[in-house]
Amino acid sequence: MNTIEKNLFDIRYMDTLASKNTSLHRLDPRAKLITTLMFIAMVVSLGKYEISRMIPFIIYPMVMIISAELPFLYLLKKMILVAPFAILIGIFNPLMDTTPLVHLGSVSITGGWISFFSIMMRFSLTVSAALILISMTGFNGVCMALEKMGVPQPFVVQLMFLYRYLFVLIEEGAKMLRARSLRSFDSKGLGFKYFISLLGQLLLQTLDRAQRIHLAMCCRGFDGHIPINRPMKFGYKEIRFVLIWSFIFILTRSYNLPVKIGEIIAGIL
Amino acid sequence: MHMADALLSPAVGGTMWAATAGLIVYCSKKVREDLDEKKIPLMGVIGAFIFAAQMINFTIPATGSSGHLGGAMILAILLGPYAAFLTMASVLTVQALFFADGGLLALGCNIVNMGFFPCFICYPLIYKTIVKGRLTPKWITTGAIISAIIGLQLGAFSVVLETFFSGISALPFSHFLLLMQPIHLAIGIVEGLTTAAVVIFIWKSRPEILQPSISVVQGPGPDQEYSIKKVFIGFAAAAIIVGCGLSWFASAHPDGLEWAISKTTGMEELGAPQKNLYSSLTAIQEKTAFLPDYGFKTTKENPITDTKKAWPAVDSGTSVSGLVGGLLTLCLAIFIGFIIKRKKTGQTA
Amino acid sequence: MSHHIVQADNLNYTYPDGTIGINNISFKITHGESVALVGANGAGKSTLLLHLNGCLISTQGEISIGDYPLNKKNIKAVRRSVGMVFQNPDDQLFMPTVFDDVAFGPINLGLPENQVEQRVTHALETVGATHLINRPPYKLSGGEKRAVAIATILACSPDILVMDEPSSNLDPLSRRRLIKLLKSFEHTKIIATHDLDMALDVCQRTIVLHKGKITADGPTISIFNDEELLARSGLEKPLGMQECPICKKNNPKNQILFYNKKPR
Ligand SMILES: Nc1ncnc2c1ncn2[C@@H]1O[C@H](COP(=O)(O)OP(=O)(O)O)[C@@H](O)[C@H]1O
Ligand SMILES: [Mg+2]
Repeated sequence: MNTIEKNLFDIRYMDTLASKNTSLHRLDPRAKLITTLMFIAMVVSLGKYEISRMIPFIIYPMVMIISAELPFLYLLKKMILVAPFAILIGIFNPLMDTTPLVHLGSVSITGGWISFFSIMMRFSLTVSAALILISMTGFNGVCMALEKMGVPQPFVVQLMFLYRYLFVLIEEGAKMLRARSLRSFDSKGLGFKYFISLLGQLLLQTLDRAQRIHLAMCCRGFDGHIPINRPMKFGYKEIRFVLIWSFIFILTRSYNLPVKIGEIIAGIL
Repeated sequence: MHMADALLSPAVGGTMWAATAGLIVYCSKKVREDLDEKKIPLMGVIGAFIFAAQMINFTIPATGSSGHLGGAMILAILLGPYAAFLTMASVLTVQALFFADGGLLALGCNIVNMGFFPCFICYPLIYKTIVKGRLTPKWITTGAIISAIIGLQLGAFSVVLETFFSGISALPFSHFLLLMQPIHLAIGIVEGLTTAAVVIFIWKSRPEILQPSISVVQGPGPDQEYSIKKVFIGFAAAAIIVGCGLSWFASAHPDGLEWAISKTTGMEELGAPQKNLYSSLTAIQEKTAFLPDYGFKTTKENPITDTKKAWPAVDSGTSVSGLVGGLLTLCLAIFIGFIIKRKKTGQTA
Repeated sequence: MSHHIVQADNLNYTYPDGTIGINNISFKITHGESVALVGANGAGKSTLLLHLNGCLISTQGEISIGDYPLNKKNIKAVRRSVGMVFQNPDDQLFMPTVFDDVAFGPINLGLPENQVEQRVTHALETVGATHLINRPPYKLSGGEKRAVAIATILACSPDILVMDEPSSNLDPLSRRRLIKLLKSFEHTKIIATHDLDMALDVCQRTIVLHKGKITADGPTISIFNDEELLARSGLEKPLGMQECPICKKNNPKNQILFYNKKPR
């Protein structure tokens, strides 16, 4: 029961972050969505041993977190929560791939360790990009952007309904669980039988609710089309945002900046 | 299990995205055309239910672990494949955005793994064949368990394939397979049991919901069965075309060619008969160690032939400069961030 | 103004599972009337209300809005003139923001953009919720949700307002505000409730339902003074008309009402 309430709190909190009013929040959601997708594509297109080229990409999440006033530690915590799968699969790399790749004096680092770090970096970069997108755009913003960009309406409407009733249903589920745990004095976990009847009840309620919502929609002239058009402006600011960041991404993708810098330093010394 | 961005190459991720996008467009068209408009709010609200249900765990006796509902099968039973696919896709989208489950690039993979297989393979081909309209606890349970197991096996296999073709993880194909499939057998049984139990609960308390003719929710009619085949063929064709296209595109660049080679060498490994576990294990290990890659490419672009021999050790000079440069870049990035922060607080103050 | 008449003739509805929702209901409500539909839980109030704009189609008998019986052909027009506020505002507020939700009806009516905006602002002003316009519905309090739900209906400018338990789940202050709001409407109103105090405040006429049947139909005051009738219908005299339990004095309202009571 803790998880369900924690999750609700979590979604609520992300939603609050999205309702801040920084210049990044005000940007057209499409600009942010495009930039995020481009960022992810650039990061994952790097080879598995290329950690040095991946480092400069940190600039994007960092600038976003600071300019959109997002809580860094909170996002970090969320990232760590989903890390296990990447770690679990990534950790096999050091075990399987033992070719030494880099020699630093007498120490040699194997390809496996390098690719493991690369997996972890990819993971942090891509996950943070997604979390940042949602916390500076909001879910409905992303949905609107999807609709404007040609995603079929039934799917977008679906997403919006899902998000809207997420709050209601999680609350209902949490209530049922709370009621149950108040009456179960042996602190054993939820048994299968009760679990099923709880889910079944919740599902029946959901179906009834869906019917009532449909009625409420019909009462206001619903004929299959849901108006979700919101005026959006892809103006100068948006173009600038997308262009500047794509320039940075392409630059960091095609030149190995850290090595270049390192060489310059080495040349100076 | 969610596929993650970190293990995915753009070619694989892109292919799955394209396939998913095609499916979403097709299903949206289907839902708009064939099914009545009542379903639109219904789908959204049931999606929210699945989302909430996934957060409620029950304890599996004597194991100390817990299980929960996965959802795709029950969606397919309640909504029919097209609407169920859209709903599952939206559940996964919300998860990717809010809980960073998987990630955005991997979203295509996850929608295929957890949405396509249950909705378009297991539900029409297995569940419906087994149940055949015999809505009794026995048949519902049998159908749900078998299709959930197969659905999860297919999904897990697909995760393995996607990981393998991406070539980021060094985990050999066979090992990963041996790791994933048994875990998902257990998950599949739990999923099948919960799905069956919930469906039976609904059937007992409100049978009309599962009766296609009267209810708001309904599966596809007989004429729609045929188009499932079309979905499948279309999906396979799209995946092949996009996959080939992307790898062709990728091979236009030296990096991409390495990727393509790694794929073919990987294919050979797949096809090779395994004599015994140890010898094949070492063979695989060697192969994966040779896995051609873009590598710690520092100065000049390296010819493809590099991939044939062992990876040339990068000379220590460049590695040191890489390391120093990396650290410096990091400092620089943090410095830039610091400046922005200063500027921002200056503004607001 | 005969088109605001609501008339039911021998209305019957049985749910698919065999539960009897309403049983032989007949009444006639004329223009501008404000009618309370009271009854215990499960009396059939919601079932009856759902018939008023064709959400449920009676198994027997018919309902007329204006001079014509409701049927498939005129259902759209009827829904335009009968605005229905559902019991649970969560079922009614399904759009991402308050604005979208209030605009949903006017847009579906095919109004041009500037008129839609005008309607939205006006409806929100009426219920005093203008400041909520950009909020998502899940971030509203119970009272705010109710107010917005009413605004979504007002924006369609209906002639007849139908409300299902509008005062349930409201704190005293929000309830008071709601009552004031309802009193200010000049629409024909049909309000299902078991909040008899509210009914007393807002409605001159009351229809009592019990187990799907009408047990009384008349002036609110005389019905609420008939304790035996109320008890029979599973209800209790409104607090505002009961003897004060502390000072043991009769409520002044009660005394006036007492004289008004018709001999039975
Ligand atoms: N969807 C339904 N299916 C079956 N029976 C129902 C349904 N909705 C309501 N009922 C039954 O119809 C009767 C009247 O319910 P309702 O109109 O909701 O009462 P009220 O609104 O006065 O509390 C009750 O006995 C209730 O159990
Ligand atoms: Mg009711």
